[in-house]
Amino acid sequence: MDIQTWTFIIVGLTFALYIGIAIWSRAGSTKEFYVAGGGVSPLANGLATGADWMSAASFLGMAGIIAFAGYDGSVYLMGWTGGYVLLALLLAPYLRKFGKFTVPDFIGDRYYSNVARTVAVVAALFVSFTYVAGQMRGVGVVFSRFLDVEVNTGVYIGMAVVFFYAFLGGMKGITYTQVAQYCVLIFAFMVPAIFISLMVTGNPVPQLGFASSGEDGVYLLDKLDGLMTELGFTAYTDGTKSMTDMLFITAALMMGTAGLPHVIIRFFTVPKVSDARKSAGYALLFIAILYTTAPAIAVFARTNLIETVEDTPYEEIPAWFTKWENTGLIAWTDKNGDGKIQYLPGSAVEGRQPEFVEGRGAQGQRMISNASASANELYVDRDITVLANPEIAGLPNWIIALVAAGGLAAALSTAAGLLLVISTSISHDLIKKQIAPDISDKKELWVARFSALLAVVVAGYFGIHPPGFVASVTALAFGLAASSFFPAIIMGIFSKRMNREGAITGMVAGLGITCYYIARFKLGWIGNPETSTQEHWWWGISPEGFGTMGMLVNFAVSILVSRFTPAPPEEVQGIVENIRIPSGAGEAIEH
Amino acid sequence: MDIKQREKYWKENLKYLGILLAIWFLVSFGFGILLVDQLNAFKLGGVKLGFWFAQQGSIYVFVILIFVYVRLMNKLDKKYNLDA
Repeated sequence: MDIQTWTFIIVGLTFALYIGIAIWSRAGSTKEFYVAGGGVSPLANGLATGADWMSAASFLGMAGIIAFAGYDGSVYLMGWTGGYVLLALLLAPYLRKFGKFTVPDFIGDRYYSNVARTVAVVAALFVSFTYVAGQMRGVGVVFSRFLDVEVNTGVYIGMAVVFFYAFLGGMKGITYTQVAQYCVLIFAFMVPAIFISLMVTGNPVPQLGFASSGEDGVYLLDKLDGLMTELGFTAYTDGTKSMTDMLFITAALMMGTAGLPHVIIRFFTVPKVSDARKSAGYALLFIAILYTTAPAIAVFARTNLIETVEDTPYEEIPAWFTKWENTGLIAWTDKNGDGKIQYLPGSAVEGRQPEFVEGRGAQGQRMISNASASANELYVDRDITVLANPEIAGLPNWIIALVAAGGLAAALSTAAGLLLVISTSISHDLIKKQIAPDISDKKELWVARFSALLAVVVAGYFGIHPPGFVASVTALAFGLAASSFFPAIIMGIFSKRMNREGAITGMVAGLGITCYYIARFKLGWIGNPETSTQEHWWWGISPEGFGTMGMLVNFAVSILVSRFTPAPPEEVQGIVENIRIPSGAGEAIEH
Repeated sequence: MDIKQREKYWKENLKYLGILLAIWFLVSFGFGILLVDQLNAFKLGGVKLGFWFAQQGSIYVFVILIFVYVRLMNKLDKKYNLDA
């Protein structure tokens, strides 16, 4: 059977499974979830958190980022896992004890202020919206390849599926659907990784294969370092980023991870405080399986790519190459007219993406209009690494189809979690708590659904028209979470003296300076674009890492302002006393 | 639970946090970034040690840290009768 048939079968089966679970858990939900309130077991919650957290970006994108960034890619590995240590030790148990519905709820109650609540809602919405946009692009990439359509058509299909799925699955049943999605995505990620590791190193464990040697007896990483330096790239295991920047980016991703609302709310669903701690441990364990495999895949993929394409005549290139070329995610221009592919440092195209024009070149390749002056002839979208890798390694068709199903599971589970945050932020935090407190439950649900629809449309728009914006949204989302939520929550728990005035000014200052920096140096919206280049960065910190600076500013401003303003009222200090003690937590909240 | 007990419980909790977060910092920011060049002089299998910590080792330690924390806190909760 060909790849497409396999893809329809496997994707169809997994979708049937998700829909089945959604219907089943919905049927049993009203009574069990609301009355008994037993909550979700820490293990199931850990699995669901894993699926919630691992997005299309983790599943499809991360191995690709590492494959193309080498040591520099470590910031994502450490940042997106180290954040869970902060979450488990500093946030999850206390927020579980506090036991309200959302992150803005905590900020609003702890700082006895609707202004603080509103700042938190705005930040939560912004973080979640930017995140969903990335998911839609990921779904688009998967569909484009396996249905043989353009990426944008893939995004439209993805929008329809996510929309349908969010409505059919409903909001209550997503936990158990996410458990199933974790199983699908990790299986789909590991199977090809194990196959390739076996083929390349003879060791079935990719994490060990990573440190092993190939058939020629040369250690994989030494070989890759050699291949790359020979072609003029920086060695794979050496970075190009400065040490300061590495530190700041890693820290921003860690604090951002710990402050992401769609991850935090998962810990409200377990029965006890001790379960929240354990659940964070399980979540990180399940995430670590993928995150420690990704660097191995990255090494296999980069080596594979260089060996397959470099100096190979276009006529002899394998079929996967031309298939991806048809989706627009690979492009080749024969700059020196030798009919062979030269894969060298530097961008092969001017700007962000290749612009294709009608007609085919002498070798049958697609023509582009924006070839750069660099000697590099090959453009490869790094997002295809995970999807293309099994094909490049020549694995059976069913495995390639499995990877497609895994990518969709990752994108859908995260999208569902985010849509939940967006709709509760609007319907609960904004409408119910502030604008119309006496709104009926039915109307609240209607508002929630409408906001989910709005979110899908906005996300789809950014998936189709990435105005240089979607690429930077991750930086934006993490930077904003790190510079706003993280300090406010930490001080809300660990400092009894922190008051409303301090928290609000801190959040505004942290958010403000981070937004300014990103707009100035990443998006080029403010100031002279000529001076928004790397040489002009403050202390050499990239926009991706500036969230850490925003966080420090937040802490400093909060502490300073709180010194000169009145201490919080007695009952608020009582809240803080109370959340520090694990016993007597209220019932679990089922989202 | 009286105030004294509460404060003692909280102090012990903070002590654990301090120790665990020091390790968290050491394996990631320390071994993976600040000391990466020094550690890269050594090799673990076919991987430079600093590079290994940045892409593998730190993550393993993170997982272990959380489970150690879970154990420590469960014991502490028991000691202060807070495990209800």
